[in-house]
Amino acid sequence: MITGDLVKCSLKGEIIEGVYITERDGMAVIKLGSGYNIGIPPSQVEYIEKSEQIPIAETTVIQNQALPELAIISTGGTIASSVDYRTGAVTSRSNADEIIRAIPRLATIGRFRTRQPFTILSENMKPSMWVDLARTIHDEIEEGAAGVIVTHGTDTMAYSASAVSFMLDTPVPVIFVGSQRSADRPSSDNAMNALCSAAVASADLGEVGVCMHGTVNDDYCAVHRATRVRKMHTSRRDAFQSIGASPIATISYPELEISTGADAIRRSSRELALFDRMEERCGLLSFYPGMDPAILEFYSSYRGLVIAGTGLGHISTMLMDGIRECISNGTTIIMTSQCLHGRVCDRVYDTGRDLLAAGVIEGEDMLPETALVKLMWVLGQTDDQEEISRMMKENLKGEIQRRSAYGL
Amino acid sequence: MDFKLLGLKAGIEIHQQLDTKEKLFCRCPTQLRNVDERSKEIQRYLRATVSEMGTIDRAAEEEMKQMRLFRYYAYDTTCLVENDDEPPTPMNEEALEIALTIAKLLSMSPINQVHIMRKMVIDGSNTSGFQRTALIAMNGIIGDTCRIESLCLEEEAAQRVTDETFSLDRLGIPLVEITTAPCMHTPEEVKEVAGYIGMILRSTGRVKRGLGTIRQDVNISIREGARIEIKGVQELDLIPEVVSREVQRQVNLLAIRDELISRGAKVPDEGLDVTDLFRETKSKVLRKSPCIIAATLKGFGGIIGREIQPGRRLGSEMSDYAKKCGVGGIFHTDELPAYGVTEEEVHALRERSAAGDGDCVVIVSGTREQAICAIRQVFKRATMAFEGVPEETRKMLPEGSSAYMRPLPGAARMYPETDVLPIGITTEMMEEITLPELLTERAARFTEELGIDEALARQIAYSDRLPLFERAVEAGIKPSLAARTLLSTMRELSRDGVDCSGIPDDTILDLLSRVAEGTVVKEGLPDILRTLAGGAALDAAVTSVGPTFSVTDLEEIVERVVQERGDFIRERGKAALGPVMGVVMKEVRGRIDGQIVADVLKRSIEKVL
Repeated sequence: MITGDLVKCSLKGEIIEGVYITERDGMAVIKLGSGYNIGIPPSQVEYIEKSEQIPIAETTVIQNQALPELAIISTGGTIASSVDYRTGAVTSRSNADEIIRAIPRLATIGRFRTRQPFTILSENMKPSMWVDLARTIHDEIEEGAAGVIVTHGTDTMAYSASAVSFMLDTPVPVIFVGSQRSADRPSSDNAMNALCSAAVASADLGEVGVCMHGTVNDDYCAVHRATRVRKMHTSRRDAFQSIGASPIATISYPELEISTGADAIRRSSRELALFDRMEERCGLLSFYPGMDPAILEFYSSYRGLVIAGTGLGHISTMLMDGIRECISNGTTIIMTSQCLHGRVCDRVYDTGRDLLAAGVIEGEDMLPETALVKLMWVLGQTDDQEEISRMMKENLKGEIQRRSAYGL
Repeated sequence: MDFKLLGLKAGIEIHQQLDTKEKLFCRCPTQLRNVDERSKEIQRYLRATVSEMGTIDRAAEEEMKQMRLFRYYAYDTTCLVENDDEPPTPMNEEALEIALTIAKLLSMSPINQVHIMRKMVIDGSNTSGFQRTALIAMNGIIGDTCRIESLCLEEEAAQRVTDETFSLDRLGIPLVEITTAPCMHTPEEVKEVAGYIGMILRSTGRVKRGLGTIRQDVNISIREGARIEIKGVQELDLIPEVVSREVQRQVNLLAIRDELISRGAKVPDEGLDVTDLFRETKSKVLRKSPCIIAATLKGFGGIIGREIQPGRRLGSEMSDYAKKCGVGGIFHTDELPAYGVTEEEVHALRERSAAGDGDCVVIVSGTREQAICAIRQVFKRATMAFEGVPEETRKMLPEGSSAYMRPLPGAARMYPETDVLPIGITTEMMEEITLPELLTERAARFTEELGIDEALARQIAYSDRLPLFERAVEAGIKPSLAARTLLSTMRELSRDGVDCSGIPDDTILDLLSRVAEGTVVKEGLPDILRTLAGGAALDAAVTSVGPTFSVTDLEEIVERVVQERGDFIRERGKAALGPVMGVVMKEVRGRIDGQIVADVLKRSIEKVL
C-alpha cells in the first residue's frame, strides 16, 4: 500500500473506509472520512484501489513589471507551505508563483524570482554553505536584484546572516527571514515576516539584516543588524533580538510602513564585492567551572578558537598552560563573554591580565557566535598574525561598537 | 408535526469539559478567570492555509472575508502554549484516562494508536488557528437502537469576550466530544439520549460542572432537507424545542423552494448603486453609509419577509450571510417602509430598480467594498433558496430558533499535529480502568440502602454535593437530614441570593455532626448557613444564631405570649394556633425544633380554653 490508497479497515466487526497514509511504529495510519487519523494493526487493513488524483487547480500568477525586482533565496526555512488534507502532508513552497499564491499580497510589493541553492534544516548548515549562499546572493545582486530575501531556518539564521555580512559588501538590502511558528498554521508568523521582509528589501537600506517579529503581537517586524542579532528564545515569535544595539529598522503591520534607524547603512553606500574565503578550522568553547584542561589539547591544532568566558572574559587559571600551548601552536584565541550583554575587559583582574600576556585577543562587545564567524572569515583573508589581531579588534560590519550605549 | 412522516433524523454531539488538574497540552490549571484579572493582552491575525487541492476549507474561507485582528487576554494561569508561542506538551494522561473510562462505559472500541490532529478553526477562538483533537474510540452503543459513532478528546476553545476579543483561561481545558449516529427520530428522543449521555459523563465524577461546562450540538435533517448543525445548546430542556423549530424551518424552506421555482423567480448578477436615493433619508444607518447597493430579486416578493421559524425570516438568513462582510444587515422591500425609510423612498427605490409587484428589492450599505461583498452574499443565499435547505452550521438563539454561522466544514480542514507523538492504547490500559457506579444505579442504591425516597435519591445522586453526602452518611449523619440540607435548604437559600458553594465541605460536615449530637437544632441550619456563606467561621455562625433553647425556656415564652393574647385566643378558639405560633416563632426561630414549639403551644392554648 502507498500513501493515498483507498482502504477498508475492520474495527470490532465494523467496516470503515479510509485513505492509507503511512506506517508508524508497527501500525497502519489511516485517514478516515471525518479527517481523523487513526493507527490500527496492518492486518485489519485491506486495499481497495488507488485513489483518484485530483488535479491541482492553480491560479496564474501575474507579476507587476513596474515593481522592484526582488530575489528570494530559499535555504530550507519555510516561508510558505501548503497542506494536503487528503494525506495531511505539509509541503513547503519555494518557487515564486507558489509563494505568491500562498501570500498574495507579496505581488503588490515587488516582482520576484527565486533561487534554491540547497534545502536543509538550519542546524545542519555548514560554513561551506555560507560561502555558497554568499555567492548566490552576490550573483543575484549583480544581475540586478533591488533587494535579496533569504529564507532560513531560525536556529542558525544569525550565524548565516553574520557570515554573509562579512563575506559580502552589498549596495542593496539582504534580508534574512524565517518563521518561529510553522507556516501551515493559520497563526504562523511566516506571512507577516515575509511581507515585512519584502517591504524592507525594496527600501532604502544597504546591509545584511534579519527581519522577524518585533513583539509577540502581529504589530511590527524589526530588522536586526546581522552581526548583532541573536535568537534569544526557543519558540516565541519575537525570539530574535538585537543585543546591545537597536534594530536598524522597523516595519509596521499591516501598513508595511518602514522606519529606519539613524545608523542604518543606506542603499548604494557600498560597492558590490565578495570575499568568499572562510577558514573552517575554528571553534567556539563555552567555559564552565571545573572544565578539563585536556579539552584545549584538541583545539591546539585549530587555527582559531573563540572562548565564551565568564563575566568580563575569564577562564580558570587551570587552563592557562593549555591556552599558552594553543597560541604557541599558532591558534588565534578570542575572548568573549557568556554574559552576551556588555564588553570584555581582561585588564581588571589578574586572570585577565595573564590571558592578555599569553596573547589572547579581547573580543570587545562581540557576540560569541559573531566572533566565531568573523574569526573564520578573517583567517580566510590573511595569515599575518598582526593583521589578524588588527582586523579582529576593528569594527568591520557593525559587530563591534566603540561605545557601550546606555539604555539598550 | 409528524416527525416520522417528515423523515426526521437527528444526532447529537456532546462536549463535556473534564475536571483535570492541568490542561490538555500544557501544564496550566483548568481554572476559569474573571477578565478583570488579566495580566497581559496579545493581538494576532489569522489566515487560512491553502490546501494542496488549491482550495481553502469553505468554512474557513467564510471567516476570512474580512481581515480581522483578534485580541487575547492572558492571565497568570495561562502560558506560552495558549499564546501559540510554545509547542504543546504531550497529551495530559489524566484526561486520556477519563476519556477511556467514558469510552468503556459506552462499550466503545478504543483506537490502537491515537493520532492528534489539527482542525482548522479561524474564527479567532484558537490562537493557533486550529483546535487539537484526537479520535480515541469508536462504535459504542446506547439504549437499544442508538449507536455512538465516536469519542474524541480535544482542547476547549478560548472564551469570546466581545466580537474579536477572547479570554485564554478556557483555551486548552480538556473536552470529550461524543458523537451519536443520526439515530433519533423525534425531538423528545434527542433530549432523552442527551440526558443519558450526560448522566454517564457525570457518573465518572471527573467532569466539570456548572454553566457552560457541557454543550450540545444537534444535527438535524428531514427528507429533502439538509444536515444542519446547531451549536451551543446548553440546556437539556430546550433540545426538543430546538429540534422542532429546525424541522419547521426546513419544511418552510422547502415550500419556499417550490414556490420560487413555480414563480420562475430569478437572482440578478449585479447590484445597483442607489446611494443618492438616501441622501436625505431619516434612516440613520443609510444616511451615514458611504455606499448603498440595491438588487431586485425577481419573483421573491413576499417570500423574503416570510417567517420560517419564530422570529426568523428568509431575510434574516440573507442578513446573516451579508454580515460576514462587516455590514450590519440588510433591508428589503417586504418589510419597508420602516426603520425611518419612507413610502416615497421605497417607491423611488422600486422604480430605480425596475421592480415589479412580485419582486423584492434588497439593499445593503457600508463602505463600497463591504456593500459589494454583502450583496454578493445575498445573491449566494438567494440562489441556495432554489435548492431548499443549505448545509450549515448554525448557532442557537435564546428561545430555540437559530442563526447562520458558517457552512458545514468539509474534511479539508484536518491535518496531523506533528508536535505531539501518537499514543498507543493497550489492552492492559483498558483492563486497568475500573468503571464507576452509574448515577442511576447509585440513586437506586440510596433508595434501597438508606431509605431515601426516589426523587430525593435521584437529586442527591446527580448533585454536585454527592461526595459530601456520601461522607456525611459515612460519618453517621441521618441520610434524610444530609440530603435535605444539601439540596432543599441550600437551594432555597440560593433563591434568596445566598451562595453556599464557597462553604468548605468540612465545615458543612462539622455542622451536620453538631445537629446529630443535638448541640445545634436543625431549624437553625438556614440561618447558620447564611452566616457561613457570608464568610463567618462555624463557631461564630452558630453563636450568632443564638443559643439553643430548653423546653423550660420555651414554656416561659409561650406562657407569656398566650397570656398577652388571651382575648384573641378565646375568641378564635383552636384556630388561634396558627397566628400565635407565628408570634412565638419570631422569637425562637432557629433555636428549637418547630414541632416542639407547636406541641407546647397547643397544650398552653388548650389550658386557656
